[in-house]
Amino acid sequence: MSVLQITALIVVALAGTATVAMRDPVRQAVVAGIFGLSLSILFFIFGAPDVALSQIVVATVAVPLMVLLALAKLGDQGEDE
Amino acid sequence: MSGRARLAMVALAGVALAVVLVVAVIDLPRPDAPPPRSAKLSTSVALHERHVTNIVAGITFDLRGLDTLGEELILFAAAVGVSVLLRAQREDSTMQDAADAAEQRRAQVPASARALGAALAGPIIVFGAYIVAHGQLTPGGGFQGGVILAAALLLVYVAGQVLALPTDSPVDLVEVTEALAAAAYGLVAVGGLIFASAAMTNFVALGVTGHLLSGGTILILEVAVGIEVASALTLILAELLDQALLRST
Repeated sequence: MSVLQITALIVVALAGTATVAMRDPVRQAVVAGIFGLSLSILFFIFGAPDVALSQIVVATVAVPLMVLLALAKLGDQGEDE
Repeated sequence: MSGRARLAMVALAGVALAVVLVVAVIDLPRPDAPPPRSAKLSTSVALHERHVTNIVAGITFDLRGLDTLGEELILFAAAVGVSVLLRAQREDSTMQDAADAAEQRRAQVPASARALGAALAGPIIVFGAYIVAHGQLTPGGGFQGGVILAAALLLVYVAGQVLALPTDSPVDLVEVTEALAAAAYGLVAVGGLIFASAAMTNFVALGVTGHLLSGGTILILEVAVGIEVASALTLILAELLDQALLRST
């Protein structure tokens, strides 16, 4: 296993831990996006550019955005009540 | 349940999960190991019998084409579900309020963000179309390109040009496009039954390997999936944005 691969694995482990450790959901959505980006770099280094491309668009664009929109809706509801 | 009992259960489950993971990973082939026979076989089949250089596209749209049909219908069902659930909660009068609020908020968007969003939207649409159209040649394809196309819409949103969909007509257009793209995949699958031997069998000219117009039905399926994914995501995001705007009025 090359140094690059080991580095990518460590970065993914750190980003995953950071996602879980983050308590504020809004920040968590952004950190989860960074975690997804580190995963896509891992996929690319291990020779799966196709999966990496899907991972980038889904984990850094679609998922954080939907989480943020859902949080915006829930947050406003909380203020109403 | 006491805190200690909970902690013990979590520890037990964690250890069990770790053991299962280690056992599962230990037998995996090393990343630098020679590829298995099935990899060489599917590479050869995709390259010589389907004329595609992106072997992943050859597998997802030919060898496992029926799986991809299922995935496409899952996304279609998800978009329909989101629309039905969210639209049941909204009324026409509040839609106008949301559009007005969006119009007011447009002035608050910084000029730099608007300029950046407007400048990037065009190139990203071109890039998304490129990824969709070259799915049979290079990594990428309908799914990835479709999400990139939908991301271009988000940039338009950031640019503050279209903050709400005040009339129903753009959404109608997206809905119809999505349904047609989902149906196109099904029709290509059925076309194999009619014009060839079995469902999903190629029935159009394969073209020259490495050229843009190659891969037969794979290229058609890539474009259908690209349009389907782009419109499904646009629909879901538009509905969610409408909800967020309605809430803030």
